[in-house]
Amino acid sequence: MVATPRHTMGDRMPRKEDGRFIRGKGRYVDDIRLPGMLHSAILRSPFAHAKINNVDASAALELEGVHAVITGADLAAQGLAWMPTLAGDTQAVLATDKVRFQGQEVAFVVADDHYIAQDALELIEVDYEPLDPIVDSRRALDEDAPVIRDDKEGQADNLIFFWDAGDREATERAFQEAEVTVRQEMFYPRSHPAPMETCGCVADYDISTGEMTVYMTSQAPHAHRTLFAIVSGLPEHQIRIISPDIGGGFGNKVPIYPGYVCAAVASLILGRPVKWMETRAENLMSTSFARDYRMTGEIAATRDGRILGVRSKILADHGAFNAHAQPGEQYPTGFFPIFTSCYDVPAAYAEATGVYSNKAPGGIAYRCSFRVTEAIYLMERMMDVLADELEMDPAELRRKNFVKKEQMPYVSVMGWEYDGGDYHAALDEALRIAGYEQLLEEQRRAREEGRIMGIGVSTFTEIVGAGPGKKCHIAGIEMFDSAELRLHPTGKAILKLGVKSQGQGHETTFAQIVAGELGIPAENVEVREGDTDNTPFGLGTYASRSTPVCGAATAIVARKVREKAKKIAAHMLEAAEGDLEWTGERFQVKGSPDRGVNMEEISFAAYTNVPEGEEAGLEGVTYYDPPEMTYPFGAYICVVEIDKGTGQIEVKRFIAVDDCGVRINPMVVEGQIHGGLASGIGIALMEVMDFDEEGNHLNSSFMDYLTLTSMEAPKYELGETVTPSTHHPLGARGVAESPTVGSPAAVVNAVVDALSPYGVRHVDMPLSPNRIWSLLRENGVGA
Amino acid sequence: MQVPARFEYEVATSVEGAISLLQRYGSETRLLAGGHSLIPMMKLRLASPEVLVDIHRLDKDLRYIRDDGGTLRIGALARHKDVLESELVKEHYTLLTDAETMIADPLVRNMGTVGGALANGDPAEDLPAAFVALGAEVVARGPDGERTIAVEDLYTGPYETVLEPVDIITELRCSRQPAGSAYFKVERRAGDYASAAIGVALNLADGKIEDVRIGMCGVGSTTLRARETEELLRGQRPGAELYGRAGERAAEESNPLEDARGTAPYKRDLVRVLVGRALEKAVERAEVV
Repeated sequence: MVATPRHTMGDRMPRKEDGRFIRGKGRYVDDIRLPGMLHSAILRSPFAHAKINNVDASAALELEGVHAVITGADLAAQGLAWMPTLAGDTQAVLATDKVRFQGQEVAFVVADDHYIAQDALELIEVDYEPLDPIVDSRRALDEDAPVIRDDKEGQADNLIFFWDAGDREATERAFQEAEVTVRQEMFYPRSHPAPMETCGCVADYDISTGEMTVYMTSQAPHAHRTLFAIVSGLPEHQIRIISPDIGGGFGNKVPIYPGYVCAAVASLILGRPVKWMETRAENLMSTSFARDYRMTGEIAATRDGRILGVRSKILADHGAFNAHAQPGEQYPTGFFPIFTSCYDVPAAYAEATGVYSNKAPGGIAYRCSFRVTEAIYLMERMMDVLADELEMDPAELRRKNFVKKEQMPYVSVMGWEYDGGDYHAALDEALRIAGYEQLLEEQRRAREEGRIMGIGVSTFTEIVGAGPGKKCHIAGIEMFDSAELRLHPTGKAILKLGVKSQGQGHETTFAQIVAGELGIPAENVEVREGDTDNTPFGLGTYASRSTPVCGAATAIVARKVREKAKKIAAHMLEAAEGDLEWTGERFQVKGSPDRGVNMEEISFAAYTNVPEGEEAGLEGVTYYDPPEMTYPFGAYICVVEIDKGTGQIEVKRFIAVDDCGVRINPMVVEGQIHGGLASGIGIALMEVMDFDEEGNHLNSSFMDYLTLTSMEAPKYELGETVTPSTHHPLGARGVAESPTVGSPAAVVNAVVDALSPYGVRHVDMPLSPNRIWSLLRENGVGA
Repeated sequence: MQVPARFEYEVATSVEGAISLLQRYGSETRLLAGGHSLIPMMKLRLASPEVLVDIHRLDKDLRYIRDDGGTLRIGALARHKDVLESELVKEHYTLLTDAETMIADPLVRNMGTVGGALANGDPAEDLPAAFVALGAEVVARGPDGERTIAVEDLYTGPYETVLEPVDIITELRCSRQPAGSAYFKVERRAGDYASAAIGVALNLADGKIEDVRIGMCGVGSTTLRARETEELLRGQRPGAELYGRAGERAAEESNPLEDARGTAPYKRDLVRVLVGRALEKAVERAEVV
């Protein structure tokens, strides 16, 4: 007989879920087929901005196989034409008065199959009266700009918010007194999370019981159930949201989209299950985008490179409806205020203006924690601009300004309290792996040979794991998370979580946490998520919060269970609780190592032989509210070579040293880092959502919305340092987003470094071959 | 899910049968070979043919790559993958191997056909430019029999060919065997269509370029042949200076349009750069022989 593997906390355990994914046995929303299920399709606006004079669905309704056509007017009659957004704005479910972006939802067709539904769309006649669109956010506040949100009372322009933070005066003084100041404008273009699985749902309303079950591509099923209840008026206990396997989220599956609401309404009306599943084009055109920040960065410093102050100014494009993903109204720029990052900055100030435009609503945090990506990109670009101005080595400049480990726990001038960090160690490790001195020498030789080679450094701290509940909430619900653990008589455990994996490997890593706490193999722990009827209430998986919040809840609930186990063990061993010690695998009587019981034996006793006064069973539930966020950090180095003839960039090397504290499963961590680097390098090189002047979407397929493939990805060189989180029960931090946050600047810095001999100090993403070619030729580089 | 509009579907069991189906159903009929351009267009409802005539069962007649006494013959249903893996092609028509490594991705190359790539008429399609460089011709069969058309004469505009709606391409034929050839392509990312691509096939005699043909992809409303550049090169001794002049002439001969893959000046400059590189590589390969 083959011995059963026993994996525990810290092991490179192969992912438990991969068996079904690799065999094509994952069960996604689109795999769900219920008896009597109908299909749907959404009619979308061809215009970025137009008045709707009339919607005539009569011909579509006559098509055989069409069961219903729902229009904005139909929803308005039920008070459902508009829904609240995560940022406290409103968003049209189906347009009534105007369409405000290309791809906006206008009508919802329900039919026997996809084909009929799609055919019916072509029969709906909409009388549009095109209006002047706002596509460029810099035009949004012009005097003569058309008012996009004329549906909102008192809204006379396209301003959403003005926000600022930090000490304006102190920062101003720092700039006045500084020996050196630098300033750079930059654009972090609009991108899209583009998960492989698009968004969709199957809404199933049971007219006999009044229960509504929604199978849904949701990163946050519990929060979505509450929002569904609030929007629809259905009682919350009769709504059940089931998030089955999810094929990638990256923030895209955090918001509620009109399609979900329409499918639910259609199921209510028809009393039959209704499936809605986006096409790729629909996903790219209408669901939440990310970034779209026009930023100006400034640094004031001494001549020898000591930073005295940092300032930033943002123009934020949130699209037609403010559907910004933010952990509370106090964060209109998310966690952008982290922008002083891993540097000891004495004065800082940030301001932002948010505007409406005739583009899809958002933005969400694409593989990042609420705008930290934009903040780090700004800061890391500015560090290189300053290094260039001072003619200083970029690594040396960073080293000079890092918060020192002795300063931990450090409170930044913007008010964030960092949970430990050793930035010098991470950078040193990255430089060591890179062979930085040899690289510089190689670059010198390359330049002599007329080759264009660049080295880019990026060092950063992330901020992940929202709550704490007092600081962060979604629609008022504080951002704790939950874990419920039950051991069964044979010592096998079921762990139920309030979060929801979209590919992160929860079924493995959370089982390993329990294994580590209870001394049972991770193979014996089954993880359940995503069904609101069968898991404790939680806020979901995004912004790298699963391990910081739910991972902590899991450790704590396991410890609670262990406490009860101790009582049973004492009973079993006929010893006083105080005489027992936990070895990591069992309880034993102090001084008598031959007298002990393990968790399997205790589990059996929990159902067969409980001490008097104790209830049967061995289980617990924990709602964990973190005292602070966690601050994973990293140091990245990118090496590029540019083809002078074609402008093509080759990423020759990418070194990533990440510190996410204690690693629960190093292999899963490395997998996350690989994926995040592919996202980040892709954003730097090619991922972009472009629009023409009319507001037409130019990247609505994977042929036009380019994501990095294995052909462009370098062989990643990973390294690690381990600085345990000071407050997380396992010393762990989130990690999946660090590489997306830290890598774009490394790539851009490398490319700017490559081109710096020709006077280039900045170039905006994406670094397309055409853009690089233009820079080369403008600066007199021929081939 | 993206779904096409309603269409009728017929399966042809012989070339003659396919032609008679095309005759019967008329001009809104399309042949379905690999389907990797047509089906996505149908799903996006950019194409809505009334009838599809599936010719995949003609593999037994039309899927081959062979040498016929110095003439290369590629059946219309040969897959990209077949071309990529052909030793004959690799040895004597190397630019086709170059091109195939960069056409789309393995999934498309497993299904997409040579005949489809030729008949589609997409000016950004790689194979037609490579075939123009080779001086190849297509064999087309219709109700009135068979005829041959030089690949460079096949196209009249984007997605427009001289083929009649009742014609079917059966073969690609190339009687010229170059001593050296090369295909260079700039793409924004693996699998993308070309921002610009250049195919060169040449023969050397006494250390000079005896004859040369250049095909250009993605830099005009059709696949282009750089005739003036060929003229400039003929009889000349190869070298960097000559390649530079040839590149400049070819850039003038190209006529690119701006799109997501680049501005017109960028693509024109790519022609200049890639012609130089392709010539250098083709000469290098010719010299090895």
